[in-house]
Amino acid sequence: MRIFDPHIHMTSRTTDDYEAMYAAGVRALVEPAFWLGQPRTSIGSFCDYFDGLLGWERFRAAQFGIRHHCTIALNPKEANDPRCVEVLDILPRYLAKDGVVAVGEVGFDSMTAEEEKAFTQQLDLAGEHDLPVLVHTPHRDKAAGTRRTLELVRSSGLSPERVLVDHLNELTVEAVAESGCWMGFSIYPDTKMDEHRMVAILSEYGLDRMIVNSAADWGRSDPLKTAKTARAMLDSGFTDDDVDRVLWRNPVAFYEQSGRLLLDDIDAEPAATFEGNSVLRGQRPTGQE
Amino acid sequence: MSALVDHFTPHLDADARSRLDELVHELADDPSRISVLFPAVARRVARGPSDADDADGIRHPRLEDEARVALLATLADAWRDRPEQFDRELAELYRYGDADEKRAVLRALSAIDPDQGRASLPLVDDALRTNDVRLVAAALGTYGARHLSAEAWRQGVLKCLFVGVPLAAVANLDERADAVLARMVADYCRERTAAGRSVPTDASRVLERVPWSPDDRPEHERSRS
Repeated sequence: MRIFDPHIHMTSRTTDDYEAMYAAGVRALVEPAFWLGQPRTSIGSFCDYFDGLLGWERFRAAQFGIRHHCTIALNPKEANDPRCVEVLDILPRYLAKDGVVAVGEVGFDSMTAEEEKAFTQQLDLAGEHDLPVLVHTPHRDKAAGTRRTLELVRSSGLSPERVLVDHLNELTVEAVAESGCWMGFSIYPDTKMDEHRMVAILSEYGLDRMIVNSAADWGRSDPLKTAKTARAMLDSGFTDDDVDRVLWRNPVAFYEQSGRLLLDDIDAEPAATFEGNSVLRGQRPTGQE
Repeated sequence: MSALVDHFTPHLDADARSRLDELVHELADDPSRISVLFPAVARRVARGPSDADDADGIRHPRLEDEARVALLATLADAWRDRPEQFDRELAELYRYGDADEKRAVLRALSAIDPDQGRASLPLVDDALRTNDVRLVAAALGTYGARHLSAEAWRQGVLKCLFVGVPLAAVANLDERADAVLARMVADYCRERTAAGRSVPTDASRVLERVPWSPDDRPEHERSRS
């Protein structure tokens, strides 16, 4: 089984997670730029974070045989802080980079005017940089947030197949299915969506434009929820090919629209170093300190 | 313009060069586009080593380095009356660059204009603070050789031995190597030997060519005593 996790925050995860993910079949992933739990107070924090997503984390994933890509954006929560908004001026430099496969996560948190302004501006940036968009839907007032999201996408001029609307559930899936956008589902241990409810949605709506992710981060979450959803699909009668479609071909098809996915096989080189620092602490490559 | 591009891209094939020409024209129309064209070079023009024995581009520029240097040469030409603006943009490209982009900026410092001033020296200093062999090697090109202080340059060469950058990557080694550097290299070799570890073979490139004594100290230590 091969798995592409299209939404996971590896910066918050351990090397044990990388090993378990590889063993479960994960060979590629996308790490969206998002909130870190601790609010940022300056642009410099964003830039260092973006540099990490494009540099160290990408290198770290490769050490475990996993291809790492990222999405870059000002997230909705921090779009409300005037100290953070200026990062929008820096985004074009990052959106031009090889490892960036979409603009995201953008969208709504508390449905404020500031969030809507940043969201709209970043939809425009996606058009300018020819990148797809990953949209976060809010935890609170999700149905209203999803409706407003779809209105903004429609008026942006972006074609719906360039947009993935994430964190959906039974109450929001239908509107997104009708819009032509891709539908993302984050499978969590106890909130949002679980693997059995996910299988029920796949049975009802079919597999077209359906994307499943673990969205694992610094909160209680499980980086193997993609593999567990695959198992639940097989247990309820879906075929191996169905699983491959939802957990590999669909996310690949969505992010491939960036033209920047790198999915050739990775020969993990445990002795490799990134900017001179290896994940094998104290065991530097032969002939070096 | 095409002669300029050809000069900096000896290893690009005709297809890659014609893709690079598109970027050069885009840049000529609007030089501020460098901020998004420069990062996109590897996927839009070419990617890979120019020498199969030097995969990381330590001794020789990789294909994307050549194309990026050609773009920066184009920018320098477009802004020849505004050298401060060019220096400022180089600093921004370096700050927001990933390691590949930073390496190309450092290579461009050495490649483009031999009369460039010291304005970009902070980029070289930054690269020498990393342990990234790709950046350390590129920092010790002809620009670094010309502008680094004797102390910073010696520390850079010693770091090459330490992290495994071949001294063949260091520009003007024979001209700048002095007795103080040789003494530092000798001390490093003794330390390795005392620890039962191998001595980098490149150390002899310095030790066999420069006379030195154990009393050769850097300038700042001499002035203190």
